[in-house]
Amino acid sequence: MVDSIAPDLIEVKNLEKRFALDEGFLETVKFRGGKILREKREVHAVNNVSLNIVRGEALCVVGESGCGKSTLARLVVGLLKPSAGQVLYGGTRIDNLSAKDMLPYRRKMQMIFQNPYASLNARMSIEQALMEPVKVHNPRLSRAEIFDKVAEVMQAVGVDPSWAKRYPHEFSGGQRQRIAIARALTMDPEFVIADEPISALDVSIQAQVLNLMLEAKDQRGLTYLFITHDLSVVQHFGTRVAVFYLGSLCELADTKTLFDTPKHPYTQALLSAVPKLSDEAPSHIRLKGEIPTPINLPPGCPFESRCVHANARCLAEHPAPLQKPDGAIVACHAVEEGRID
Amino acid sequence: MSLLSVRDLVVKFAMRHQTLTALDHISFELAQGERLGIVGESGAGKSITGFAILNLLSQPGFIAGGKIMFDGKDMAALSSEEIRLIRGDRIAMIFQDPMVTLNPVLTIGEQMVETLQAHRNISRSDAEKIAIVKLREVYIPAPEERLSQYPHELSGGMRQRIIIAIALLLDPQLIIADEPTTALDVTIQADIMELLLELCQNNKVSLILITHDLGVVSQMTERTLVMYAGKIIESGKTREIVNDPQHPYTQGLINALPQQTVAGHRLKQIPGNMPGLGSLPPGCAFHPRCDFATDICKKSVPEFVSFADVKVACHEVARLHKTKKAEAKDG
Ligand SMILES: Nc1ncnc2c1ncn2[C@@H]1O[C@H](COP(=O)(O)OP(=O)(O)OP(=O)(O)O)[C@@H](O)[C@H]1O
Ligand SMILES: Nc1ncnc2c1ncn2[C@@H]1O[C@H](COP(=O)(O)OP(=O)(O)OP(=O)(O)O)[C@@H](O)[C@H]1O
Ligand code: SF4
Ligand code: SF4
Ligand SMILES: [Mg+2]
Ligand SMILES: [Mg+2]
Repeated sequence: MVDSIAPDLIEVKNLEKRFALDEGFLETVKFRGGKILREKREVHAVNNVSLNIVRGEALCVVGESGCGKSTLARLVVGLLKPSAGQVLYGGTRIDNLSAKDMLPYRRKMQMIFQNPYASLNARMSIEQALMEPVKVHNPRLSRAEIFDKVAEVMQAVGVDPSWAKRYPHEFSGGQRQRIAIARALTMDPEFVIADEPISALDVSIQAQVLNLMLEAKDQRGLTYLFITHDLSVVQHFGTRVAVFYLGSLCELADTKTLFDTPKHPYTQALLSAVPKLSDEAPSHIRLKGEIPTPINLPPGCPFESRCVHANARCLAEHPAPLQKPDGAIVACHAVEEGRID
Repeated sequence: MSLLSVRDLVVKFAMRHQTLTALDHISFELAQGERLGIVGESGAGKSITGFAILNLLSQPGFIAGGKIMFDGKDMAALSSEEIRLIRGDRIAMIFQDPMVTLNPVLTIGEQMVETLQAHRNISRSDAEKIAIVKLREVYIPAPEERLSQYPHELSGGMRQRIIIAIALLLDPQLIIADEPTTALDVTIQADIMELLLELCQNNKVSLILITHDLGVVSQMTERTLVMYAGKIIESGKTREIVNDPQHPYTQGLINALPQQTVAGHRLKQIPGNMPGLGSLPPGCAFHPRCDFATDICKKSVPEFVSFADVKVACHEVARLHKTKKAEAKDG
C-alpha cells in the first residue's frame, strides 16, 4: 500500500485559498484613473503554502489571528476546496476527491474545532455523542461494556461520568471542549487536526488533555496538526513549528531550533510576547505600523509594513522560503542576504 | 464606595431530580477603576458569576440568595427595562462564546449600528463611524471592509475582537470579560490587554477578568479570586497570590503551567478532577485531590479567613505555610 511507504503522512503543495467578498454590484464598481472599473475583491486567506507533516510528528502552526491557520486546517481535512495547489495523504492526492471517495480518509482524520460551543451536536447527550465512536470501533462489545468504556473516556478528560446523560448546553466551555477532544480520540484516528483545542481550558485541565494527546501520540503513533497561539504549549508539544503571517509561511523549523534561534523578524516578535508569571504589566516587542489585510495583499513581503529590517526589496518582492544550514526554512530577504542572522 | 458589591451570592440549578448549587456564598467588592481577576478550573462557576451579575441566568438556573449592588442600586429591585438599559450601556459583558453576542444572519456593521441605535439617538452613518473607530481600537485591519462581512466569514480571533469592540461601543463603566483572548495569538492578546488596561487607568473603567491564564491575570489585575467548585477559596492582591499562593489548589494551578516544566515531559497536573456539582465531597471539596488533606478536611468545610496577606479557605494553611518557609530557608 502506498500509505505505509510514504514518510510524509500529509503533503501540502502550493496551496491557495481565496474567498470572494460578497458585495452588492454597486459596491464592486470603482472609479479609478478616470475610468469606471468593476473590481471583484477577494480575501487571500492562504497563499502558496507548501509543507509536509511526517508520520508520528506534531506539527504546530502559530501566527497572528486571521493569518489563515483555520483555513489551512480545513483545506487539509477537505472541508474546503483549495483555489489552487494540492493536498496529499500518504502520497495520494485527496483535495480533488468526491465526497464518497473521501470517506475512508474522513475516518482516518479527526478535526477538533476552535470554538468549543460549535464542536458538539446540541441535540445529542454526551453519552450518545461518545457511544457512537465506541460502537463503531468495538462492534462486539455488550451494552454494559460500551457504557463502561464511555465512562472511562469521560474520566480520562476529566468530566464526571455521572453527567453522561446531559446535553452540551449544561456544560461549561472547557467541559464541552474536553468532550469534543475525547470524542475525536475515541474515533481511533491516524491524523488529528486540532484547532486551538486547549485554549478554552484552564491550566490544570490543559495539562491533563495535553498529556492525553501526548500519550496517544507515543502509544498509537498519532500524527498531529496542532494550531495554537500558546507558545509554551508549542514548546512542550510540537516536534516542528510552522509560523504563518498573512496567509504565507514565514518560518518552519524544529521546535528547539525555532525557540533557540528564531530567524524571521515576525517569529522574533512573536516569541517576545509570551505573558509570564513574573510580568506585572504587558511587555513585548510592540509591532508598529499598519496591519496589512488579506484583502489588499501587499506585493512584497507580507510583513514589510511592520518589520524593522524592511528595505526597498522587501516592498517589491515576495521572499521565497529558503533552507538554512540548521534545517530551518525561512522566507525573509534580510535573512537570505545575511543582513540579520 | 464600591461600584459593584456582591454579597453571599448563591446560584442554583433546578434539575429534574435535584437542585445543584453552582455558586455558594460568593462575595466581593469592586471599586471604580479596579481590575479583578477570577481564576479557577473549568466548571468552577466563573461564567455563572458573570451571568448572575447581569441577571442573565436562564432556566433552570436562578439566584437563590445574596445581594448584588451596582452603583448603589440593588439589581434585584430593578425592572427588566432598567436592567436592559444597564446591560450594554453601563455594564458590558464579553462572552466566552462569541456567538452569544453575534447574530449569524446580520453583518458586523448591522449588528454594531443596531446596538448603538438601541441605546443612543444616533444616525446610521454616525453609528458606522463609531463602529469603525472601535474596530480599529481592537486591531481589526481594514475595518471599513469588515463591516459588510458576516460572522462566519471571520476568523475565530476576529470574532472575539469584534465582540470586544461591541462591548466597548457604549463606553461602559464595568466590563466583565469572560476569557476574552483565548482565541488570540500572544501579540494581539497583549495589544488587547493593553487597551483594556488603558481604559481602566485613564477612564476609570472597572474590569472583571475571567480567565484560566494566570499569566494574563498576573499582568492585568490588582486583585484575584480563585474559585473551586462554586466557592471562592483564596482571594487577595494578585501579586501575593501569584508569588506566594497559600491554598494547595492555587499552588497546584501555578505548578501546572507549562512554563514550570521541562519541554516534552508530562506536565504537573493536579491529580484527579473537579467533582461535578451533584457529587461534591463532604468537608473541603478539594480534599480528594489534595496532598495535604487530613481527617478534618474530610469532615468539616474550612472557613474563609485572613491569613498572611490573603484570605484562604483551608484547614491546614498555617502548617503548610510553615513547611514552605522552612523549605525556602533550606534552599
Ligand atoms: N444550564 C445548566 N444546567 C446545569 N448545570 C449547568 C448549566 N450551566 C452551567 N452548569 C454547571 O455549572 C458549573 C459552572 O459553570 P461555569 O460555566 O460557570 O464554569 P466556568 O468556571 O466558567 O468554566 P469554564 O472555564 O470551562 O468556562 C459547571 O459545572 C456547569 O456544568
Ligand atoms: N467563509 C469565509 N468567507 C470569507 N472570508 C473568510 C471565510 N473564512 C475565513 N475567511 C477569511 O480568511 C482569513 C483567514 O481566516 P482563518 O480563520 O483561517 O484565520 P486564523 O488564522 O484561523 O485566525 P484565528 O487565530 O483568529 O482563528 C480571514 O481574513 C477571514 O476573514
Ligand atoms: S523580507 Fe524584509 S520585510 Fe519581510 S521579514 Fe524579511 S526583512 Fe522584514
Ligand atoms: S482544607 Fe485540607 S483538603 Fe482542603 S485544601 Fe486545605 S489541606 Fe487540602
Ligand atoms: Mg482560527
Ligand atoms: Mg466559563
